[in-house]
Amino acid sequence: MFDAILIRFGEIGLKGDNRGFFESTLINNMRKALEGTDSEVIRSSGRIMVKTRGEHARILTRLQKVFGIVSMSQVKIVEPEMESIYRSAQEILDDCDPKPSTFKAESRRADKKFPYTSPEISGKVGAYLLEVNPELRVDVHQPEVTINIEVRDKQAYVFKDASAGPGGLPVGVCGRGLLLLSGGIDSPVAGWMAMKRGIKLSVVHFHSFPYTSERSRLKVIDLAKVLSEFNQGLNLSIVNMAEIQETIKERCPERFRVTLLRRLMLRISERIARRSHIQTLITGESVGQVASQTLESMTVIGDAIRMLVLRPLAGMDKIEISERAKNIGTYNISILPYDDCCSLFLPRHPVTKPQLNRVQEAEAVVDWEPLLDKAVNNLEIVEL
Amino acid sequence: MVNNREIYLDNSATTPVFEDIADRMREIAVQQYGNPSSLHRKGIEAEILVTEARMQISKAMEVRPEEIVFTSGGTEANNLALLGSVEANRRNGKRIISSEIEHPSVLETLKRLEQQGYEVLYCPVDACGRVTPDALSSLVNEDTILVTIMMVNNEIGTVEPMAELVRAAKKVNPRLVFHSDCVQAFGKIPLNPVKIGLDLVSLSAHKLHGPKGVGVLYINSRIALKGQISGGGQERKYRSGTENVSGIVGFGMAADRAVSGMSEHSKLMNGFKSLLIKRLQEQKIEFRLNGPPIDEGAPHIINLSFPGTWGEVLVHFLESQKIYVSTGSACHSRKADQSHVLKAIRLPKREAEGSIRISFSVMNTEEDIETLAQELASAIRRLKARR
Repeated sequence: MFDAILIRFGEIGLKGDNRGFFESTLINNMRKALEGTDSEVIRSSGRIMVKTRGEHARILTRLQKVFGIVSMSQVKIVEPEMESIYRSAQEILDDCDPKPSTFKAESRRADKKFPYTSPEISGKVGAYLLEVNPELRVDVHQPEVTINIEVRDKQAYVFKDASAGPGGLPVGVCGRGLLLLSGGIDSPVAGWMAMKRGIKLSVVHFHSFPYTSERSRLKVIDLAKVLSEFNQGLNLSIVNMAEIQETIKERCPERFRVTLLRRLMLRISERIARRSHIQTLITGESVGQVASQTLESMTVIGDAIRMLVLRPLAGMDKIEISERAKNIGTYNISILPYDDCCSLFLPRHPVTKPQLNRVQEAEAVVDWEPLLDKAVNNLEIVEL
Repeated sequence: MVNNREIYLDNSATTPVFEDIADRMREIAVQQYGNPSSLHRKGIEAEILVTEARMQISKAMEVRPEEIVFTSGGTEANNLALLGSVEANRRNGKRIISSEIEHPSVLETLKRLEQQGYEVLYCPVDACGRVTPDALSSLVNEDTILVTIMMVNNEIGTVEPMAELVRAAKKVNPRLVFHSDCVQAFGKIPLNPVKIGLDLVSLSAHKLHGPKGVGVLYINSRIALKGQISGGGQERKYRSGTENVSGIVGFGMAADRAVSGMSEHSKLMNGFKSLLIKRLQEQKIEFRLNGPPIDEGAPHIINLSFPGTWGEVLVHFLESQKIYVSTGSACHSRKADQSHVLKAIRLPKREAEGSIRISFSVMNTEEDIETLAQELASAIRRLKARR
């Protein structure tokens, strides 16, 4: 019964000169998200609107994954004259389930040539609805439903209260980031949070086939697909660490294995990021959860590269992260029992507070450059 | 060297369907698609197909066709056998006896029965995985209503001395029902329930080049058993649901072929086992044979440990060469995944970690085994160099 979805965006308005760029990014993202639906995203007099021909449930679900949308209203578009407005208001009321017992009407007159003022329009619509629906009452303070009327020069919009969108900033307005995606619960959530702040994601995953199963690779692709919906397309690089892990195991002290592996993963990530002009890395680390996530460990690991590393989960605990993962839709994939970077290489007693000079000494016994080159040159790219 | 031919050696997990069986099944799906319960000719045509397949299976075990009930597979057959016989005989007692090395479809069903108040005892096995008649009969008492012991173990290939086990158990309590999960035995070793004295026998089609989704429960006509799926009363009320006609026909064909070629197939596969052992010895690979000596186990299953390696990693190394085998014990980091069978034969942890199961079919060749031995040796050397 509705003709369009009216989109509201919040933070974009605050960004002054960049507004045009933000708006066009949002519109592009919406268009990508709505590919394959019978709809059209248009910009008209400072508003973004999706013209539709049915399929509202499907379209609303997809728009829920476009960051930057603060709220959405399904609207009826009619002739700018009172009879049509009355009829639409009644239809919207009839569509409410359960039937409201109180309401108010709110109006905005953009077209000043329209014969009635905004308060007059609200008054007339209110009076009409009261007459047709004798059980209905007006409550201007806490109405169960608000009927909005907006009169423009060629048409009028009639709609009820807005539903919340995902909020945040349109993906892409704050640059690009490379997410280190494992098969676990945390890293997909970190990626989601980065996207919410307007960062367009690429993803890198490290595996160690044949030490690990092909299934863990499929699991990561499934996770990346979920993230891709918020990112409006995603590029996944899969890097095989088997040879590097073998070398670490052979040549370096057992207790530094995790620290060294993570340093090398960061180096590979930095290379991938630089060659794609990506400005930052994003990881799912949270402070103090496991041995490698002490401040000492993070310092020594982060020392391996000269690039910004964002850790959006730094201050979150496991329960919060799991809840978020359930809402995003990655939790049930993450808990499938396939290892990624092989636990067979894990030391029995990993060092929790590594000293930088010791780690550097341990690392220096191997010339890593050829191994890193090989890993980067042989990576597999999956476009989602 | 990269091997480009696919070598499938995980035939205890499942087998490829023979081409002509798949063709026949397709034909049935699109042409003889009738419902055997229908009154008209299309229904009768389908009913005849099911009857013929029932004959083939009953002939393969030398039992009567009306003692064959088709199910959706081995798991359902085991569920039906255990739940159905216990429900029908619950007045006779509370004790159920099984072994430590059964398939999960038996063990998990027994857990359910335990929760319902039945007393379930698990007979230990010896180092080869064998249940001994003495150990079994010491657990049997007047209160025992059911014994369920598998014929061939799916992980290590142990062949249980079934006739002696049945005799020993029924000597103490002749009223008990004896069930055997024969999914890995059927078509591989002789199986005659009447001679052995088995009352219930579970079979599955996809272990012998038949389709997935079809199984059989043989129910000796003297045994009381209560169907567990209610509906239209098909399969003499033991198993309601429209018959999987194409699958059943596929099972009949596969069973017929497996049983008629059994001695020849068994010679071939025993040869594979000896060849593999010989090659590994020549390559000076340290290994241990788990389960029974090779001439005593089922012809198609061999379980080997390579101490100092991990089974799961060996599986993936071989997989990268398109050789497909299986592991009993998954990655050491996950305790829950350790094989209950290897634990039951008291295999030390280090050897259980490094174990793989190789299972053959008549579609394998000696060349497959030569390639396997080569690739296995090179994977083990690579892994051990890195320890």
